[in-house]
Amino acid sequence: MSKANQHEVDEFAKDADAWFRENVNPDPGFMLPLTFMEVGTDQQFEFLQNWQGKVYEAGFLGVAWPREYGGGGLAPAFQNAATDAMRRYNAPIMLNAIGLNWTGPLLLDIGTQAHREKYIKGILSAEDIWCQGFSEPENGSDLGNAQLRAVREGDEYVLNGSKIWTTLGNYAKYMILLARTNTEAPNKYAGLSFFLSPMKIEGVETHPIRKLTGEYGFTQTFFTDARIPADGLMSEEGSGWLVAMKTLEYERGARDGLAGGYMITPLDAFAVIELAKKAQRDGAPVMDDPVMRDQLVEFIIEAQSLNLCKERGHIAPLNEERPMGLSLSGKLMGTEFVRRINEFAIAMQGTKGGYYVGDPNAVDDGLWTRGYLNAFSATIGGGTSEIQHNIIAEHILGLPKR
Amino acid sequence: MENLGQMGFSEEQADLLEVAKKFCRDKSPMDKVRALIKDEAGYDPDVWEDIARLGWLGIAIPEEYGGVGLGLAEIVPVMEQLGRFLLAGPFFSTTMAAQALLVGGTEEQKKNYLPKIAEGRIATLALTEDSGDLNLENIAASARRTEEGFALSGNKYFVGDAAAAEWIIASVLFEQKPALVLIERSSLPTGALRRETIIDETRRAYALDLDGVTVPPSAMLDPALASAALAYIHLCANLLAAAEMCGGTQNVIDYTIEYLNTRKQFGRTIGSYQSLKHPTVDAYVAYEQARSHLYSAAHCFNQQGTGEIAIRMAKAQADKAFSYAADRSIQFHGGFGFTYDCDAQLYRRRAIWHASQFGDAAYHRKKLAELLF
Repeated sequence: MSKANQHEVDEFAKDADAWFRENVNPDPGFMLPLTFMEVGTDQQFEFLQNWQGKVYEAGFLGVAWPREYGGGGLAPAFQNAATDAMRRYNAPIMLNAIGLNWTGPLLLDIGTQAHREKYIKGILSAEDIWCQGFSEPENGSDLGNAQLRAVREGDEYVLNGSKIWTTLGNYAKYMILLARTNTEAPNKYAGLSFFLSPMKIEGVETHPIRKLTGEYGFTQTFFTDARIPADGLMSEEGSGWLVAMKTLEYERGARDGLAGGYMITPLDAFAVIELAKKAQRDGAPVMDDPVMRDQLVEFIIEAQSLNLCKERGHIAPLNEERPMGLSLSGKLMGTEFVRRINEFAIAMQGTKGGYYVGDPNAVDDGLWTRGYLNAFSATIGGGTSEIQHNIIAEHILGLPKR
Repeated sequence: MENLGQMGFSEEQADLLEVAKKFCRDKSPMDKVRALIKDEAGYDPDVWEDIARLGWLGIAIPEEYGGVGLGLAEIVPVMEQLGRFLLAGPFFSTTMAAQALLVGGTEEQKKNYLPKIAEGRIATLALTEDSGDLNLENIAASARRTEEGFALSGNKYFVGDAAAAEWIIASVLFEQKPALVLIERSSLPTGALRRETIIDETRRAYALDLDGVTVPPSAMLDPALASAALAYIHLCANLLAAAEMCGGTQNVIDYTIEYLNTRKQFGRTIGSYQSLKHPTVDAYVAYEQARSHLYSAAHCFNQQGTGEIAIRMAKAQADKAFSYAADRSIQFHGGFGFTYDCDAQLYRRRAIWHASQFGDAAYHRKKLAELLF
C-alpha cells in the first residue's frame, strides 16, 4: 500500500462522486434491504450481487487491498473517499458482508498465499458469497461452547452438527466456521478450530428461518457427515477461538483493513424530523408537541454523538487512557440507537404507526416498523447488547469477570 | 448532519491536555481537595500562582492584550483536567470575566485589565438574580447616571470567587437596556458581599448587594455590545462548564470502578455483578459521548450557528453523563456512599451545581429545538 497523495485522492474522490451519482438507481422498483441481514428474496439478492460486482468492476471496492489478489493496491484514503461517495448518493449496501469484513481481512492477515489467490477476487466481485457459522442453537452468546464436531479423516474433516443465524446461508458458496476438533481439550476454547468451508457440498443443508418481520434472511445450517478439504483449516487445530476473535477485531477496529463500502444503510436521524412535520397530533404537526419535540432533540444529540465518537476515535491524544474504549463501545451505542429511534419513529406516526409493510397507506412503505423489528438483528447478533456490556466492563473498564 | 459540528483537535490542545493532566493530578490530590473545602478562601494561592506562571489565564487573550493569543478551544482541555481533579480556584470566574471584557469592553478597558488578568489577577462576573432565571438578560439590578458616574442598586447572586476577585463585572439595566459595569471589589461597602452556602463545597460564591455602590464613568463596558456580550458569556460559560463536567465524569467513573474492584460481598468482588457492571458501562458510554461533544464544541466554538448548537449539545450531554455517573457512584458505594467521607458526593454535588448554572440538559434541549427545527 502506497502512501496517499492528497491530490490523487481528491481526483479519485471526484471520479467516485461522478460514478455513484450516475449509477445509483434510486428506485429499482422494489424495496431494497437496509442491511445484509435482510436479504429475503431472490430479486433482492440478484440486484445486490450485481450491484457489488459493478462497484468492484468500476474500481471502488477493495481499493486498498493488494493488487496481486484483485484489489486496487492503493492507500486506505482512496477507499474511504469511494465509501463517502456511496453514502452521499445513498447507494445500496455491499452484499458480501462476511467476505468483505471478516474473511478477506483475515486471509490478508494470516491466510496462506493459496487462500488469498483462491478467495479474494470472488469476495470482491460478489461471485462467491460468504456466510458465517459461529452461533449454534444451544450456544448463542456462549460462543466458546460451540459443539459442531469436525473430525480429521485423511485429507478431509468430517462435520456433524448445526449452525444458526447463517446470514445469506442459502446463497453462500463458503462459510467461515467455528468447529470443535477436540472434545478433551483443557478448556472449552482450546478445543475449537476455524475453517474455510464450502457450502455447496453433500451433507450441508440450509433451512430458511422466518424472522419476526415475516421475511427471510437467515438459515439454520445442518451438517451431516459433510466432508471438507483439510486445507480449509485456518492456522492450526485448537486456535479457532483466537482466529474468531481476530475476525471481530477487523470489524471493530479502524476501517482501514476492510474492503470498503457499508453493509448496513446509515440511518439518517433527520428523516425522523420529516415524519414529525407530516404527522398530526391534536390538530397540529407532531413537531409542535412539546414532549415529542424534546424527545426528538434527544435523538438528534445522540445521533451526533455517534458521528463524533467515530471521528474522535481517530484522534489518538483523545483516546489515551482507554485506547480501545470508543471502538469497543461502537456496536452497543450504534445498534441500540437504531432500535430506539425506529421505535420512536413509529410513535411519531400517530394511528398510522399501526400499518405494516404492504399496506398502501403505510408511512414510507412501512420502513420504520420493519426497521424497528429488524433492528434486533444487530442488538442481538454479533454478541447481544448485554454481552457488549460485559465486554466493555471487562476489557475496557477492567471489572472482574466473576 | 455536518451543520451540527465536526471534530477537531489541535497540537496546542494536545500539549495543554498533557501538561494540565500532570499538573492537576499533582496539585490536587483528594486530601488537598478536602482540606480546601474547610478553608475560607477555598483555594491555594501558591497553586494559583503556578497556574498564572503556566500562562493558562492568558490562553484565550490576544497577544496585543498580553495573552497567548489562542482561543477557548485551548482552554477546554485545561478546564477538563481542572474539573477532573476537582482543583479549586478562580480559574473559571477569571476566564469568564476576561472573555466578557474581550467581547464587551471598551478598548481602554481591554488594554487596562486584560494584561493584568493574563498575569493572574483575579476577576469575576455577577450575573444572576433572585428570579433564578437562566436568561441573562432578565435583569432587575440597575445603574443610574450621577455626577460622579453611576449609582448601582439591586442584588446579584452566585458571584463566583468574589472575595478573592479584584474586579467584579456585574450585569445591570441602564436606561432599560442590559449593561455591564466593572466594580473594584475594594470599593464595595462593608457587608456588600455575603458568602453563600452552595451545593458544591469546592467552590466559593457570594451574594452581592449593589445598593449604595457607585462606579466612575469609565466603569461601564460598551453599552452597544452588552446584549451580544451576555449571549456570548452564556455560551462560553456552558462550554467551560461542559469541560469541567466531562473531567469530573471521568474521575467519578474511575472512582466507582476502583471500589467495584475491591469491595467483596457474598464472597465475590461486587464489580462482577452485572447489576453493577452494566450501569457502570452505561455511565462510561455516556461519558465518551459527552467528551466527543465537548471537543466538537471546542472546535466549532467560533462558527456562526454551528458553535451554539455544538455547545448546547455538549452541555446537555455532559449534564446527562455527569449526573448519572455520580448518582450511580453514590448508590454503588452502598453504605459508604451515604457518608460524607465518600468522594462520590463531591462529584454529585458538582453535577447539580453545573446543572443549576447556565442551564441543565432540559433547558439546552429546548434551545436546541428552536435552533434545529
